[in-house]
Order: sequence, then C-alpha cells, then structure tokens
Amino acid sequence: MSAAAIASPSWRIRRRRRVIDTVMAVLLTAATAIAVGLLLLILGYLIVNGLPALNLAFFTERPKPFGVEGGGVGPAIVGTLIVSAVAGVIAIPIGIAAAIFVTELRPGRWGAIVRFSAELIAGLPSIAVGVFVWSFLVRGLLGKYSAIAGAAALAIIMIPIVARTTEEVLRLVPGSLREAALALGAPRWRVVMRVVLPTARAGVATAAVLALARAAGETAPLLLTALGNLFFSTDLLRPIAALPLQIYQYAASPYDDWHAKAWGASLILVAVIAVVSFALRAFAPRVPR
Amino acid sequence: MTMTVTRPTIPTQQPTVSSEARSAPPPAIRTERLNAWYGTTHAVGDVTLEIPGRSVTAIIGPSGCGKSTLLRCFNRMHEITPGARVGGQVFLGSEDIYWQGTDAVEVRGRVGMVFQRPNPFPMMSVYENVAAGPRLRGWKRTRGEMDEMVERNLRRAALWDEVKDKLRRSGAALSGGQQQRLCIARALATDPAILLMDEPASALDPIATYKIEELVRELADELTIVIVTHNMQQASRVSARTAFMLAGEDGVGRLIEYGNTDELFTTPRDERTEAYITGRFG
Repeated sequence: MSAAAIASPSWRIRRRRRVIDTVMAVLLTAATAIAVGLLLLILGYLIVNGLPALNLAFFTERPKPFGVEGGGVGPAIVGTLIVSAVAGVIAIPIGIAAAIFVTELRPGRWGAIVRFSAELIAGLPSIAVGVFVWSFLVRGLLGKYSAIAGAAALAIIMIPIVARTTEEVLRLVPGSLREAALALGAPRWRVVMRVVLPTARAGVATAAVLALARAAGETAPLLLTALGNLFFSTDLLRPIAALPLQIYQYAASPYDDWHAKAWGASLILVAVIAVVSFALRAFAPRVPR
Repeated sequence: MTMTVTRPTIPTQQPTVSSEARSAPPPAIRTERLNAWYGTTHAVGDVTLEIPGRSVTAIIGPSGCGKSTLLRCFNRMHEITPGARVGGQVFLGSEDIYWQGTDAVEVRGRVGMVFQRPNPFPMMSVYENVAAGPRLRGWKRTRGEMDEMVERNLRRAALWDEVKDKLRRSGAALSGGQQQRLCIARALATDPAILLMDEPASALDPIATYKIEELVRELADELTIVIVTHNMQQASRVSARTAFMLAGEDGVGRLIEYGNTDELFTTPRDERTEAYITGRFG
C-alpha cells in the first residue's frame, strides 16, 4: 500500500508539495532581491550623492578650509594608493607563504595551529589592530604617526584574508598534479613554485584583490597610525592622507558642502577599489589555449 | 669516533642528451619482503619478486589487492601519502632505495611514472609539459637542446606527428589518449631507466588504449616497464611476465603467483590465479 503511495502520491500530498515549493521559491527570491537590492541601493545612493561633488579639481587639489571654494581629495587618493600598496607588498607574500605552509608543508597539527591563528587575527576588531600598531610603532619603535605604521596596520588585517583565501584555492589544485611533479623527481619547493602556485594563480590574484579591497576601506586602524594629512606627502615616515580618513573628516563636519565632498570621496574610494581589482585580474596571466 | 656510512652504489645515471648513448643495461627491480601500510591498514604483505630489465612486467589482480601500492613503492611515491609506511627492501640494480641515506627525490628522478588518469599540467603548453621534468629538476639546457629533447621524447611517445603544430597549445586541450601519451613523453624526458604505469589505459577508449599498448611494447626495447592493470587481456598482450596479487581474508595484498605471462595465463600453478583469470571473481 505504501509502495503505491510512493508511486503515485495522492492529490493532497501533491498539492502540499506544490504549496511548499511555491513558498520556498518566493522566500528565496525575496532574500536574493533584498541582497541585490541593497547593493544597488548603496551604489545608486553613492552615485547620486557623490557625482555632483566630482570635478577635475576634486581629484587633484588638496583639501581647503571651510568656506574656501573648491578643494579636493588629491592627497587622500595618493595616500590610499601608497599605504595600500605598501601593505600589500608586506602582507601578500606573508599570506601566500602561510597558505603554502598550511596546505603543502605541514597539513597536520602545525597547519591547524597556523590556520587557527589566522582566524583569530581575522576576528580582531580593526581598531584593536590600530591600537596595537599605535603602541608598538607609533609610540614605540618609530615614535611618530607615519604612513608605514598605517601600512603595517593594514598588512595585519590583510594577512589572514590572503592566507585563508589562498589556502582555499591551493586546496583546489588537484593532488594528481602534485603527484605528477613529485614523480618527475622534483623537490617539494619546486613543485609548489612551478606547479601548484601557477595552477592556482588566478585564485591567488583574487585573494590579493579581496585583501587589498578590504584594507583600502579600513578607517579605524589608520586613525591611530597614518593619522591623515591635509597636504600631499609620499614620505613613508610622515603622516599621510587616506580616503577613508578624509571621508570621516568631511562626513563628521557640520557643513553641507563637506558632506557632499564626503559622498564624492566615498564614490572615488569605491571606484579606486574597483579599478585596482580589475587591473589585478587582467594582470593575472592566462592559461595557454 | 667517527661514523662512516658507506652505501651500496650503482653508477648514477647521468642525464644524457641522447638516450641512445646509454650502453649499460637498465637496472632491474628486486623486492625483499616488501610491506606497505596506510596508517594502520596493511596494504601489501611480504612481496618478494625480481623484475628483469628491458621487458614489460604486468601486475594484475582485483581492486584493492595492493597492486598500485606495490607499484608506488618502486619509486618511493607511496610515502607521500600522510601516514604511509614501507617495510622491507626494494633494490634498483644493487641499490636499496629504502636505505636510510637514500634521497627519495633522487630515486623518483630515475624512475618515471604514468598515472591512471592523464594529468598533464593544465597551465603548461604541450612543449612545457615535456620540458617540465628537466626544468623541475633544475637542469640547465640551452633553447636548442630543449627543443631537441622535447621533439625526441614526443616522438618516443608516438605523439610528435599529432602535436608538432600545436606545441604552444595547452596540454589539457588534447584528447584523452593524446594527454596520456603526453604524460608518457613527460616521464621519458628525464631519461628514466624504469617506467612505472598505473593502469595507464583504464580511462581511455579502445583505440587510444591500443596506441598506448603498442607504445609500451616499443619502449620495452630500451626501458624496464612495470604496468599495473585490471585488464587481463592487456596484460597478456603487452607483458613478458605477469604478477598476480590478491588480498587475503585479512585484507593484506600478497603476491600469489609470478611467472612468464603465457604460462601464467595458460597453466596457472595456483588455483586462485586460475579462478581469477577464468573470470570466476574479480
């Protein structure tokens, strides 16, 4: 009897399934719509509010005191590019090395310890990272607010992101390729450098982009390290401007003109991150066809 | 007191530009009470056998009989699996490759291996795949030497005519059978004296399989080939000698019978061999 029921469910069961099916489809569609809608809303809001503030001078000029016409975020753009680049140079090799350690060298207990540490660092509030670098570098070793201290803080935030993402993509490299390379008589490090990393290079580039994007938008750790600067500076040992700091400054002011500038700077920050992401992806070498 | 450790040596075969220049016969393989484990699982038990040089030896047996594991003990690939262990001895020529001072990486360089699924490096071109072995081992070669080496080994693998116009294309763009012959060319490029093949045709169609078998017979003139297969017809077609393995009640794979292929398939001495080759199990 039950076999017959399975073979041909009654109309009651069929209707029940149809209802559940429809309800689930509606719920899932709604959730997706909210997620996508929120993204579009934020982007749209940014563009609508930010676009009016943009003109050539906004990109090239330094901030001016309130009441003075014009003024822009030139130093902040330069500062964000410099600090993110230095942070990337520090963090990307370390993160990749940690991922190689975990997946290729010591997959066992040591790998688990490294992975757990990376998770802990990733879970640190970014302001705590800022406080640490502030006491260690700004108050300690260097004795001053500086671009390099800001880069160090961002690097600490980037390392676990690079490490975890790279680890995931290295795991996707088929074991059969490692075996093939080892069977050719290759030492382990050459297997990693010549076979595993090149196979995963697109994914590794994505890891770097994710980390850079995240770091470029950080504000809290920079407040305590890079400090901000109203003037153009490329000196790593001096305070430097950064877009998030500039946005914070403009947005926290009571002036409508500065609020508009905060929107403009936000739009530029998002655009800078997008441009860097696309550039890095395009730069990642292609597989021969 | 100084400890001097002497190790039995055979003249290490230098990578030669031309394989024809090699005159000494390739070393055969000899195992002495070889055992292999994966963690606590005993996969291969007490295998003692001698594999003659410049011939094809097949290892047959049902799934899980330890034949692939045995093969992977011949070039120390077994131990790359975490927790895997080997006991006993494997001699290449007169050298025990499990002697404590032996470098596993160096051993693998002298023994080529072809796997069940074709595994060309997907981010490398056909050319780079063949050049991969020498490059991965840090050999210095001029552009001209490398070109010559790539062509010669693609010819040895009977692939040159099919790929000579697409050397810059990805190795992964070839057909399955071509990919497997590319893997053979890649393994040959480091001039190994021994070639281990782990079910090299089991993922291929009959025509591609035929080409691989033909190639195996040709290569046996210059190399010692050990081929694992679950295909008994294949074993009888390509090999001079055949080893039959079977896992006992305890799950440990053992060597049941080993002898000339024609004798093993026509007049098996062990009733389990007869049962297997007549298709009563496996």
